[in-house]
Amino acid sequence: MIEAPNLPLWAAIMVGTLAIAGAAMTLLGSIGLLRFKTFYDRLHPPTLGSSSGTLLIVAASVLCFSVLRSRLSVHEILIALFVTLTTPVTFMLLARAALYRDRVEGNEDVPRLEAQEALPGQSHDDSSA
Amino acid sequence: MSLSVLTWALSLAQVMLGLSLICVTYRIVTGPRAQDRVLGLDSLYICAMLMLVVFGIQTGRTLYFEAALIIALLGFTSTLALAKFLMRGEIIE
Repeated sequence: MIEAPNLPLWAAIMVGTLAIAGAAMTLLGSIGLLRFKTFYDRLHPPTLGSSSGTLLIVAASVLCFSVLRSRLSVHEILIALFVTLTTPVTFMLLARAALYRDRVEGNEDVPRLEAQEALPGQSHDDSSA
Repeated sequence: MSLSVLTWALSLAQVMLGLSLICVTYRIVTGPRAQDRVLGLDSLYICAMLMLVVFGIQTGRTLYFEAALIIALLGFTSTLALAKFLMRGEIIE
């Protein structure tokens, strides 16, 4: 166990609470990822870790380094900003890829396309290719 | 007093993040399809990045912040490339 930096008590309690809350959020998200049944259900819980988990732990880091150096330290916000911006993009792309794969395989659980001829491997006319 | 509070709190946070890493790794190993494994990889790098940030708080150095930023950047790219690969079958067309 590494000894933590020497902060005043109020800062230590706040940093510890924020870090534990963020880690608990991430743990909840991972348990959800483990337990949910279908892929489209499993897309949702990891965002708990990448939104609120990241925000809380980054807030703990900002508070800790601001108190340690006695000046505002905001460079950790870069991580929160970046993760918050990129997670929706990646999960949208992943969900679209999974939907495409399920449709190509003719899986009955996903909603069908209006234009069935857009799918390869099935009867389609030349205009859609 | 405040020293032990912060030490125990950060250790507890690290144990929680380690447990979530185990959950995510289980999903990567057993995930029934490729998209589940990609999703698990995405959550894995988020958990590892948060672990590094907590480690940075614990040691009081900014070195770990830079490592966490690089993990966030490259993890985004890797998930994007894998999603594109699942969609198209190739990455650079």
